[in-house]
Amino acid sequence: MPVESIFPRLEPLLPRVQKPIQYVGGELNSQIKDWDEADVRWALMYPDAYEVGLPNQGVQILYEILNERDGVLAERTYSVWPDMEAVMREHGIPQFTVDAHRPVAAFDVLGVSFSTELGYTNLLTALDLAGIPLEAADRTDEHPIVLAGGHAAFNPEPIADFLDAAVLGDGEEIALAITEVIREWKAEGSPGGRDELLLRLAASGGVYVPRFYDVSYLPDGRIQRVAPARQGVPWRVEKHTVMDLDQWPYPKKPLVPLAETVHERFSVEIFRGCTRGCRFCQAGMITRPVRERSITTIGAMVEQGLNESGFQEVGLLSLSSADHSEIGEVAKDLADRYEGTNTSLSLPSTRVDAFNITLANEFSRGGRRSGLTFAPEGGSERMRKVINKMVTEDDLIRTVTTAYENGWRQVKLYFMCGLPTEEDEDVLAIADMAKRVIRAGREATGRKDIRCTVSIGGFVPKPHTPFQWAAQCDHETVDRRLRALKDALRGDKEYGRAIGLRYHDGQPSIVEGLLSRGDRRVGKVIRAVWEDGGRFDGWSEHFSYERWTSCAEKALADEPVDLDWYTVRERDEVEVLPWDHLDAGLDREWLWQDWQDAVDGTEVEDCRWTPCYDCGVCPTMGTEIQIGPTGKRLLPLSVV
Amino acid sequence: MPEGPAPAPVTQRLRVRYAKRGRLRFTSHRDISRAVERAVRRAGIPVAFSAGFTPHPKISYAGAAATGVASEAEYLEIGLTETRDPARVRADLDAALPAGLDIVDVVPVRAGRAGDAQARPSAFADRLQASEWRIRLDGVSQDAAAAAVAAFMAAGDIEVERLTKKGRRRFDVRAAVSACELDRRAAEAADAPCAILRMVVRHSTPAVRPDDILTGLRQVADLAPPSPPLVTRLAQGPLDAATGGLADPLDPDRETGLPSGDEAEAARGPARPQPGDTASVDAVSA
Repeated sequence: MPVESIFPRLEPLLPRVQKPIQYVGGELNSQIKDWDEADVRWALMYPDAYEVGLPNQGVQILYEILNERDGVLAERTYSVWPDMEAVMREHGIPQFTVDAHRPVAAFDVLGVSFSTELGYTNLLTALDLAGIPLEAADRTDEHPIVLAGGHAAFNPEPIADFLDAAVLGDGEEIALAITEVIREWKAEGSPGGRDELLLRLAASGGVYVPRFYDVSYLPDGRIQRVAPARQGVPWRVEKHTVMDLDQWPYPKKPLVPLAETVHERFSVEIFRGCTRGCRFCQAGMITRPVRERSITTIGAMVEQGLNESGFQEVGLLSLSSADHSEIGEVAKDLADRYEGTNTSLSLPSTRVDAFNITLANEFSRGGRRSGLTFAPEGGSERMRKVINKMVTEDDLIRTVTTAYENGWRQVKLYFMCGLPTEEDEDVLAIADMAKRVIRAGREATGRKDIRCTVSIGGFVPKPHTPFQWAAQCDHETVDRRLRALKDALRGDKEYGRAIGLRYHDGQPSIVEGLLSRGDRRVGKVIRAVWEDGGRFDGWSEHFSYERWTSCAEKALADEPVDLDWYTVRERDEVEVLPWDHLDAGLDREWLWQDWQDAVDGTEVEDCRWTPCYDCGVCPTMGTEIQIGPTGKRLLPLSVV
Repeated sequence: MPEGPAPAPVTQRLRVRYAKRGRLRFTSHRDISRAVERAVRRAGIPVAFSAGFTPHPKISYAGAAATGVASEAEYLEIGLTETRDPARVRADLDAALPAGLDIVDVVPVRAGRAGDAQARPSAFADRLQASEWRIRLDGVSQDAAAAAVAAFMAAGDIEVERLTKKGRRRFDVRAAVSACELDRRAAEAADAPCAILRMVVRHSTPAVRPDDILTGLRQVADLAPPSPPLVTRLAQGPLDAATGGLADPLDPDRETGLPSGDEAEAARGPARPQPGDTASVDAVSA
C-alpha cells in the first residue's frame, strides 16, 4: 500500500514558520526509494533541530548503509521547532520525514540517535506528533519499533518506558542485522506480532528490549535487581564494535543541505575509540578499543567526499585526532594535495602537545593563524591527576609558547568545573594558568595583542566511567566557584583584559545529571516536563530549570528518591546501578579501582603505548587495538 | 599578510540568470549563495577568489527574491580565472545544483575596455529597473480580485506600513505599480479555485514588495486571501516606457557579438563536455 506524501498539505503552511527550508528536504545526495519495493523501512531521527541533526555522522552513515541495500529504505526526520509543532497540531499534520515527507508512523522502525540526554523531551514530541503512543506498552502491531542508539543509549533506563529497544555501540553492523530479523519476520507473515519480533531481537543478544527486564527496588530507593523477565533473554546486553573501519568508509556521499547547519564541512572519522583514560569522559570509556582508519582510506574518503559535496572544509574527526599513528603524514599529504584549492582542513579535539602546533601549522599554510584550542580540563596539577588528564602546567606553557611563536594570536582553553574532590582553589588555579599563558605569549613574541579564552563546562558524572559513583557537585557550589574565578580574572590589571571567560550556570548540568544516571522512575519526570511544555532542553532559551525541579518533585512524590538522590549523592561499590546489565565491556572492578585511584590522584597510562591495565574491554568483546603505522603515503591527485 | 602567490586574476566574467522554483522557493539568499559556491566547486568551474586571509569566490548577486518567493529571473555574476564556454558553464552548473535551482541563461560580459560603462557590475544592477510579478491567490474569486485591482489602480496613493531594517516605515505602494491585471485564463486553468494577478512594479526605495501590494489591496478593497499567496518573479529588467513591458537585462551584453549561452548551446547541440575540452569562447564562435 503506497504511503502518501504529506507535502501538499505542508507546503501552504511553510510561509508561516521560521526557516521553512529545513522542512523541505531535497539535500544533495539525499535519496527517495520506492516504498512498495522495500521490505524493511527505517525512519532515522536525530532528536534536535535540523541545523544540528543534519550534519550528524551517525545518522548520515546509517542512512547511506541502509539505502544501499536492496529492499531496504531509510529516510530522515528531525525535531520541529515549536512554531512548526503548533502549525502541525492545528492542521493535523503528523511527524514526517524530510526525504519523501512520509508519516513516521508508517515505517517499520523509528531509529533515534541520542548524542545527549537533553533530547529526551524531543523524542516525546516526535512520537506524539507521529501518532505513536508515548508508552511502548500501549503500542500495537501497527506502530513502528522505537529504537534508541547513540552514546546516551548506554543508559536508556530513563526513557525505557518510551522505547521498544536500544542498541549500544557502533551502528553499522547491528542496523543491518536488525533489518534482517525484521525482514525474515515479515516474510513469515509477522508471526506473534510485535511481541515476537521484539523477543527475536532481544534473543539475538545485541538488542536491549527494556520490557523484557524487571527492575525491583529496595525500600530505601536503591535498585535491588534487574533481571530478565522472559525465557531466552540474556542477563546482559553487549555493545557492538566495528573492527575494520576501512571496510566501512562512510559517508561516501555526504548530505549537503540547503539550509545553514552547525557544521558546514565534510567530516571523516580518522579513528574510533580513545584510551587516554580521562576519567570524566564517557566517550573514551564506551568506544574502546582504538581502531584507526588507514591513511589511504582517509585520503580516498576525503577525495570522494569533496567531489560529491563541493564542501570547502574537511574535518578529521575522532576523540583525540592528533593521536592517529600517522597523523603527521595525513596532515602533510592532505595539505600538499589541496594546496591552492581554497580547501581548508581542520582537526578538532586536540590535546596539549607541541606536536599539535606542527599539525596546526600544516593545516593553515598560507592562511590566517587565528586560534588554537587545548583542553587541560583541570586548573590545578592535583585536579588533573584526579581526572587522569596527564598534562603538566609546564607542558601547557611550552605548547602555547610554541603556538604564539608560530604566529598564533589566540589560544582557547577548555576546563570543567564541579569535578570530584574539587575545591575552590582548584578552580581559582585556572586564573593563574591563564595569566601564565598570556605572560609566556608576551615574552615569546614581544607583542601585547596575545589573547586567551577560558571556556568552562559543568562536569556531569556519566555511566560506564570511573566517576559513575561520584556525587555530582551542586549547582550553587559550581556557580560560586565560577563567580570567584571571574572576579580573580576581572580584577587583574595586567592580564585581565587579555583573558576572556565563557561559562554557563550550573543548573542545566544538574538536569543532565538526572537524565544521565537516572533509572526507570525518571521516565515519569521526563513525561511530566514534556506535558508541561518542555522542549529543546539543550537550548538555553528553551530550557527551564524550575520546570524540571517542580516536575521532579511532583512525579517522584510517591518514591523514596528525589532529584538530589539521583545527582549529588555518592554511590557505594555494591549499589546496583541502573545500567549494570548493559555491557560496555569495562570491568566493573577495574572501574571501581580507577575511581579509587582518582581520589588518590594516581594516574593511568594509555594502553596503546604501555602494557594493558585490564580495563576488560578487549577480552570481553573479542576486540583488539588496531593502530598503524602502515608506512603508506598519499600521492598527489591527478589533475582532472 | 598571507604567504604564497597572489590569487589568479579574473579573465572572464559571466552574468547568470537563474530560477528558484517549486519547494526551493523556501531557500533564503544565504542558502542560495552557499549552494552556488558548492555547485561551482563540484562542477569544476575555475572561479576566481579574492585575496586576503579568508579568500571568497568572486560571485556577486544582483538583489534577491525573498524567502518563500519563487523566481524565474534572478541574476548573479561570476568571475573565472580561465575562459569557458558559457553554454557549458550553464549545463555544468545546472547539473551540479539541486533541482529547483536552475540555470536559465549565461552570458559573458564583454572584455573590459577602460571606461566601458556597461562592463561594470553596477551597470548591470542599474538595468534591473522593475520586476514583473505573478501572484496566485488561492480561494479568492476572480470577481473579488478584479474589483480589488480596479480600486487599487484607481487610487491616488496607498500608504502601507512595514517593519524595515530601519524600523517601522510608512510609504506609498501605488506609484511603483505601473501595471496590474488579472490573468483570468491562467486562473481558470489552475488546479484549484484561485485568482492570479500579474503586475509590473518599479524598484524603488524602500522596495515595494508583492506583500506590500497585497497589504494595499486589503486596505482599498478588503481583499483578504485565506491562505498565503504564491508569488513568482517572472522577469526583471529595464522598463520599456512605450510598451510598459520589461526588456531582457542581458541583451546589452549579447550585443557584443559573442554568442550567448542559448545560441552557443543551439549551435553546439547538447553534446556532453569532453575531457580536456578547453575551447575558448572565440573558438566556439568561429
